[in-house]
Amino acid sequence: MRFALANEDLGYKDTVVLRGITLAIAPGDKVALVGENGAGKSTLLGVLLERYRADTAFIPQNPSLVESLTVFHNVYTGALHRHAAYYNLLNLVWPRKREIDIIRPIVEKLGLGDKLFARVGELSGGQQQRTAVCRAILHGGSAVLSDEPVSAADMRQADLTLEAITEAFETVVLSMHDVDLALRYSTRIIGLKDGAIAIDEPAGRLKRADLDFLYTG
Amino acid sequence: MPEAASATSPTGPRYSPQVKVSLGFVAVALLCLAFSDIAITTLDPWFDLGRMAVGVMTPDFHAVDGIALAIVQTVSFALCGVALGAVGGFFLAQVFHIGPVRWFCAVVRAIHELFWALIFLQMLGLSPLTGVLAIAIPYAGICAKVYAETLEEAQPRALVALPAGCGIISSFFFVRLPDAWAHIKNYTSYRFECGLRSSAILGFVGLPTLGFYLETAFSEGNYSEAAAILIMFYVLIATLRFWMRPKLLVFYLLAAPFLLGGGADINIDNITRFFTNDIVPAPLRAAPFMDGMTWVAMGAWLKTLVVDQALPGIIATILLTQIALVGSGMLALAFFPLISEKFFGRFGRTIGHVFLVVMRSTPEFILAYIFLQLWGPSMLPAIVALALHNGALIGHLIGRYSNEIQLRPDSPHGLSLYGYEVVPRVYGQFLAFLFYRWEVIMRETSILGILGIATLGFYVDSALANIQLDRVMVLIVITAMLNIGIDVLSRFIRARLRLAQQAKQL
Repeated sequence: MRFALANEDLGYKDTVVLRGITLAIAPGDKVALVGENGAGKSTLLGVLLERYRADTAFIPQNPSLVESLTVFHNVYTGALHRHAAYYNLLNLVWPRKREIDIIRPIVEKLGLGDKLFARVGELSGGQQQRTAVCRAILHGGSAVLSDEPVSAADMRQADLTLEAITEAFETVVLSMHDVDLALRYSTRIIGLKDGAIAIDEPAGRLKRADLDFLYTG
Repeated sequence: MPEAASATSPTGPRYSPQVKVSLGFVAVALLCLAFSDIAITTLDPWFDLGRMAVGVMTPDFHAVDGIALAIVQTVSFALCGVALGAVGGFFLAQVFHIGPVRWFCAVVRAIHELFWALIFLQMLGLSPLTGVLAIAIPYAGICAKVYAETLEEAQPRALVALPAGCGIISSFFFVRLPDAWAHIKNYTSYRFECGLRSSAILGFVGLPTLGFYLETAFSEGNYSEAAAILIMFYVLIATLRFWMRPKLLVFYLLAAPFLLGGGADINIDNITRFFTNDIVPAPLRAAPFMDGMTWVAMGAWLKTLVVDQALPGIIATILLTQIALVGSGMLALAFFPLISEKFFGRFGRTIGHVFLVVMRSTPEFILAYIFLQLWGPSMLPAIVALALHNGALIGHLIGRYSNEIQLRPDSPHGLSLYGYEVVPRVYGQFLAFLFYRWEVIMRETSILGILGIATLGFYVDSALANIQLDRVMVLIVITAMLNIGIDVLSRFIRARLRLAQQAKQL
């Protein structure tokens, strides 16, 4: 199993948000977490990140970028652990051609080609979100955890982003508030409601209406 | 507070803690004023003022070669000192969480640049290193504190997305430093402006900066030349953002060390003697260490020092500080409308700006020196100098802050606007700035003693004149402790009044 939890209570400090969670995510699964705001999607992702941090890429809900640095440098932070500190510093002051050649195609794929050396603070919310996706793609690994990766994107950008994520990683766990996109880009839907897993089915077997109950009373 | 509730009727006025604290400080200042010597001792205090006014009207740029050299050297000392201090402070900031490092920084920044200069003069003589270190050491202490706080407060969210195991060096330079960089850069350039003022007054102890030429011009009664020097200094500071460009900085920093001027050679013997003999308390020098009599003599030495010099110095320093603090506050409240869009049009504000720039660019020390020439030695010149300089500085900040206030369309005008709408809204910010400035005012108060006002600096200067460096060191340490005490008290009051944190930049 790529990610696994066995009958665990999840939460933060003294508050339990999800109770008795048992979960097994196999390599190759593309999982969409759905449910109302506050249902525990972020809590679940946070716990998985904590447990599997060493070899898992992460795209936080808030893009969490360094606003005074360029797109190039922000994306490069995803690869900091692969290089010696002196090389990282050199690349900070004087971007290496080798790294530019690696990063440019990723950034172009996400539609940010003309922003490679723009400061992140000058970008729109959607562009920042895609920069964070590029950073995770450069980080690499077999799995990615992603919290609402397209919350600030329009339809076209959302397709672009989700295609890039599902293509770059073998195993994907992402939380989504848009049920249609969730059905389209995942192979498995996990619905959270009332502090528990309310539904866990292959996406192919579900229709939009099957998930409506997650969002009612 | 049950007593207060029973003492006042439910409909009576209830003063906020901010107002109560303010009134308390005013009462203390009035009490201090009763015990202070504020006499004007010159026979004709306004005679020289007339001559000075004529001097200001007829600035004499004749000796412009000398002034130009003084400007170059003033800038060079500031550049070298602040650069060294900022770099030192940056490294200290990385280990600022270690207790002894924090204490070390608190002590070195509690000692005024001029005191450092006096100490290094004894060790290194009039060498350029004396001036550079006198600026660099206290600035390293203050930069370390501000950089460390900035880096700590910048809790960059990007840290959560960093890959595991990327190392502290990479995460520091890619995430933590860039996030804090803008603030560090702003603060350092503000420090450079302070450094120019520090560098200028180092001339008063003999280094070849503006203060030296200014003192010479004043003592010769050559007010036209003094005016020219001061005008050049204002122009230098007012044009700072035009000539202090990031791209030119490298060039400046490379050139500055070569423009500090010559001066005396450093003598190793002097340094050795300073540590092994000069600063050792006199009764302990060449005396048997285990002998009881040595320590009896030491006790007597310390008692004389404390009773005859330290105590009167401390009392005068505190009296003067409290009066100057309240004076600064009152002038700040009077000055800020001068540059506020709420009160004056473009023309009026321009005049206000010029006045405030001149007042806050002139070091307290130079203002006090000028007033001292007019009125003779008493606390009055020091009070007026400190209140003017700090009042202009805080007034400038509050004036800018007041421009951001959104008023309702039917708000009153003039004094009613001032009293009912603007002052209540800026008062918290005002108190925050003033309390941040408290420790600085005390540090300046001590140093003004060098000009002959009986604060701690006066006793330091007298001991220096008698070549009693052992006493000098004890008095300087006492001064530093007093400053640290005020700093702690100020932080306590700010925390109690929940005053804004953004005033840190002073």
